[in-house]
Amino acid sequence: RFHNLQELRHSASLANKVFLQRDYSDGTTCRFQTKFPSELESRIERPLFEDTVKRLNIYYAEAEKMGGQSYLEGCLACATAYLIFLCMETRYEKVLKKIGRYIQEQNEKIYAPRGLLITDPIERGMRVIEISIYEDRGSSGSCSGSSSTSGSSAR
Amino acid sequence: MSAVMIARKVRKWEKLPGKNSFCCDGRVMMARQKGVFYLTVFLIVGTCSLFFAFECPYLATHLSPAIPVFAIVLFLFVMAMLLRTSFSDPGVLPRALPEEATFIEMEIEAANGNVPAGQRPPPRIRNVQINGQIVKLKYCHTCKIFRPPRASHCSICDNCVDRFDHHCPWVGNCVGKRNYRYFYLFTLSLSLLTIYIFTFAIVHVVMRSVDSGFVKTLQDTPGTVLEVLVCFFTLWSVVGLTGFHSYLISLNQTTNEDIKGSWSGKNRLQNPYSHKNIVKNCCEVLCGPAYPSVLDRRGLTQDDLPVPASTAAQSNPVPQTTKTTAPLIPNEHTPDDAKSSIADSAISHAEKGSPSPKKEKPSTPAKVPPLASPETDVEASIIIAKEKAL
Repeated sequence: RFHNLQELRHSASLANKVFLQRDYSDGTTCRFQTKFPSELESRIERPLFEDTVKRLNIYYAEAEKMGGQSYLEGCLACATAYLIFLCMETRYEKVLKKIGRYIQEQNEKIYAPRGLLITDPIERGMRVIEISIYEDRGSSGSCSGSSSTSGSSAR
Repeated sequence: MSAVMIARKVRKWEKLPGKNSFCCDGRVMMARQKGVFYLTVFLIVGTCSLFFAFECPYLATHLSPAIPVFAIVLFLFVMAMLLRTSFSDPGVLPRALPEEATFIEMEIEAANGNVPAGQRPPPRIRNVQINGQIVKLKYCHTCKIFRPPRASHCSICDNCVDRFDHHCPWVGNCVGKRNYRYFYLFTLSLSLLTIYIFTFAIVHVVMRSVDSGFVKTLQDTPGTVLEVLVCFFTLWSVVGLTGFHSYLISLNQTTNEDIKGSWSGKNRLQNPYSHKNIVKNCCEVLCGPAYPSVLDRRGLTQDDLPVPASTAAQSNPVPQTTKTTAPLIPNEHTPDDAKSSIADSAISHAEKGSPSPKKEKPSTPAKVPPLASPETDVEASIIIAKEKAL
């Protein structure tokens, strides 16, 4: 069991990666499948996982929502020949930052203690949510002098 | 063993695969052949300069000073749209990193089942249902991904582009999801500018001829003749193009889909992306959210970080799942050897010019944590390989 991200970084080795694919049933808007991968069955409880993915989907839907605000932003930007984008952050970028913070928080609170790590989809071209599965080095039984599972690293 | 430290900061755009060219340290992204783009700029700037030199002084005094003012505004808008279209990322989809590519391969194998030796494996297609319509997603062998709906691979730029419309040599770039509205506004404003210059050039000649006679007018303002000629020939193509794209936008289709006849109605295939409402379609395409680029062009790669020797030694437990029943279909970047093809292509993509490191057991690196940087896998493998050489 890992207690935090730091520990994960220094005392674990990557065992596997799972890739959650996009869900295109609603068109080209950004949505990810909430299907629970079998590799995670032993690692994390299904409701926690589904919560994370559903939340991410909500955020992406918010970013891509066609509504009054996005039309206003579009028309205003057009009127300034899109020069306004040089100084102003678009709504999408704001939501992406929110998503980055959310993933960081989820990693710290829920996933790293279970030896998992979520990669922000923007770093994979918004194609997949990559979840890395780590194995504790101590538990694989081969290392000498590596940090023990309680977290005291010999540095 | 000392740590590897490379002092030069390498930005990610330098390591991007594909045939794009970058300027201003990754801020500008274009196709390689830019000759026609320079011609476009020259024609627009040249014709407008002639207009300002020959027409505007006369028209400002004899008709109204608003005429050159409006011309300047329109000219600036046209140039802004052109440069925005040409310099921005059209919506390039980054290629799959080795682990993702392997994962997809495994899924394909699982879906195809056992193919008897000697038989061609079935084509790699994924069916998805969008708004009640079955859409086939094709597998891109170069990018090693299943292309999202409406994405297509541009052979000129060697990238998969989201909502690919077409590759336009006049703007020197692909036209895709991120820059389609700028492209449309460019053609629209250029049509207006061309009509404007054409009209006022004629007005100018007519007004002057009344005073001085036709031949003398032409002698006084030779530039006008040139403008009228350029505008006359440009008009037909640009106005036609604007009309064509207006039609596409109202139907929420791309040029690519139109050419291929994807939604032409045969086989009862209808466009699943259209809202069946012209206003809604236009709003979505022109006033939709400004999509960010997923290519982190100006981010730093891991080359300049020191990697302590202690973390790099161990063998990787990630199973090499490349032993497959059907061989990987080779593309122009990977060698035929199925076992090392994925790792080799990753290494060859990252080190485009320099010689590739030793062909030892290609281990997918995992020592550098994914949160540190998104592209660590490839770069870290190179660092690890270099370390082993020390």
